[in-house]
Amino acid sequence: MEAGEKKEVIISVRDLKKYYEPKLSFSQSIHGVKKQVKAVDGVTFDVYKGEVLGLVGESGSGKTTVGRTLLRLVEPSGGEVLYRGRDIFKVSHDELASIRKSIQIIFQDPYDSINPRFRIRDVVAEGLRINKLYKDEADLDRKVRDALVAVKLTPPEQFMDRYPHELSGGQRQRVAIARALALGPEFIVADEPVSMLDVSIRAEVLNVMLDLKDQYGLSFLFITHDLALAKHVCDRIAVMYLGRLVELATSEELIENPMHPYTRALIDAIPVPDPTAPKLRVAIKGEIPNAMDVPPGCSFNPRCPYATDKCRTEEPKLREVSPGHWVACHYAEEIAKGRKETA
Amino acid sequence: MPLLEVSDLRMYYVTKAGYVKAVDGLSFSVEKERTVGIAGESGSGKTSVATTILKLLPSNARIISGSVKLQGKDLVTASEEEMREIRWKQVSMVPQASMNALNPVFRVGDQIAEAILAHENVSQAEAYQRAEDLLEMVGIHADRAKSYPHEFSGGMKQRAAIAMALALRPPLIIADEPTTALDVIVQAEILELLEDVKKKFSTSLILITHDLSIISELADEVIIMYAGEIVEKADVYSLYKTPMHPYTQGLLGAFPDIRAPRRRLASVPGSPPDLSSLPPGCSFNPRCPYATDKCRTEEPKLREVSPGHWVACHYAEEIAEGRVKPNR
Repeated sequence: MEAGEKKEVIISVRDLKKYYEPKLSFSQSIHGVKKQVKAVDGVTFDVYKGEVLGLVGESGSGKTTVGRTLLRLVEPSGGEVLYRGRDIFKVSHDELASIRKSIQIIFQDPYDSINPRFRIRDVVAEGLRINKLYKDEADLDRKVRDALVAVKLTPPEQFMDRYPHELSGGQRQRVAIARALALGPEFIVADEPVSMLDVSIRAEVLNVMLDLKDQYGLSFLFITHDLALAKHVCDRIAVMYLGRLVELATSEELIENPMHPYTRALIDAIPVPDPTAPKLRVAIKGEIPNAMDVPPGCSFNPRCPYATDKCRTEEPKLREVSPGHWVACHYAEEIAKGRKETA
Repeated sequence: MPLLEVSDLRMYYVTKAGYVKAVDGLSFSVEKERTVGIAGESGSGKTSVATTILKLLPSNARIISGSVKLQGKDLVTASEEEMREIRWKQVSMVPQASMNALNPVFRVGDQIAEAILAHENVSQAEAYQRAEDLLEMVGIHADRAKSYPHEFSGGMKQRAAIAMALALRPPLIIADEPTTALDVIVQAEILELLEDVKKKFSTSLILITHDLSIISELADEVIIMYAGEIVEKADVYSLYKTPMHPYTQGLLGAFPDIRAPRRRLASVPGSPPDLSSLPPGCSFNPRCPYATDKCRTEEPKLREVSPGHWVACHYAEEIAEGRVKPNR
């Protein structure tokens, strides 16, 4: 994302919120206890045409909920998601059906998301049949072949009549991509698409995604817990913590010049495959607190080595600290320049 | 004499379809106070190494040959009664999912005390005191000994499992994917803790994982397994500096290093091995970019290619020196 360059926005997420009301015990309810789980609490970002945007966070950060809300698989508590300017929460049923062809999702577990009783040809054809996106059977067959070729399951004849269990995990995940691709989407949410796969075969799935981006200008939201993987796969990375974005920048900028104390701690905690590298040191302690008891002010303040009274009362807004680099921290500049003492 | 010496160990599962060769002729040793990392992917047999050493095997598993000498005593020929004495006291295990290692209906402190009482002639109070001390040592406040496992977070359960593995001060601990289910910051804390307790107790460690960065963080020596066999074995510096087996090279090429410049990751072609129908010759040959007819017929032996660096590949030297080109 060069400064000044005009980027075509495919998806705009504005102040997205998703709160859950947990079941309360009898005594809590008669005492008027009100509790909310703020799974997503005011998230704003854009996805540009032809980019892979990484959404990185630990378990409980809300990253998966954001992904599902983008397809309206989850109804939000507030905010909007615009697909080419149209709010997907406000459009008519028919319009939503047409938008859904343009926005697809790939799930973590290809063993769960593909019907084991379908042949591969029927897995890929299902969406085309439901949406009646073919002229005749020959056309359907051709579209299925094209999708399989696009995900490098070649020659397609070798795969079309097989069942999912006859394929490896990496091949199955590529079938899931082919199924999404058959509908001609512009944007695909990929929710931890390789975390169930062995390291040695992950790249066969990742490189198919990157080829689709390069060749057809597809956009992806790549949801992952793995910041090292995100660096190599994504053009930009957004880091989530307790339902909020804490930092957003290009991949290189985010990894080489992290400004939020949480991003810095995440990077420091990642081991590298090199025994001569300095040993890990853990800068922050503890685990993500329960989303039911989010602390006031900055939600990271109880774990932050720099936290002040301001951090404990005033919620930092996500602001653009340098062009394209957004951080939600009162002291981002001071910390980055090493001018802020730890508390 | 090394603390643990495994020689030509073979453990096969008996199935209707025939033998599944989970551990197929493994030899390695663990010296005192050293950490040996065993790396492999699905179907490599790495977890079976742990369950075979501890003889915690399902009924269809057979130890076909070999010996496992722990301080000179062969565990393969030991009786079940002897094994009960040896487990926890001589060698203990931190399992993959520590949520399953802790009994959900007993308080954490009682569980650790129970393990101590089963092996040592001490009073109830003394055992409980030691359990509290152990929890403190792994970073859990002694008060929490009264908690049940479900009241612990994932990281705390893993700490408690480590405390339990240390309870009888065994000279050897086997940790199987000790951080796999944990978030990265908690993982870093657990790795730090393992390093600390190893020093404090002068323990040796066998660390089993699919993650090459965790091995490089903790291990002194590294074993790379593929299809039940060792394909490469070396000290940690030499293995990461000059990986010689094409599988090791492929694994490192597939691994995202956060410090490295942005690049497309490379995959190892093909699928993980099916242990019930391995190809003849080198098990890795269907996925190997350098495979020749020799590789498809003749099984390469693990041999010492340079001092302390063992590789099971016919062409290790040629590949390392760039004298052969990949043929795909």
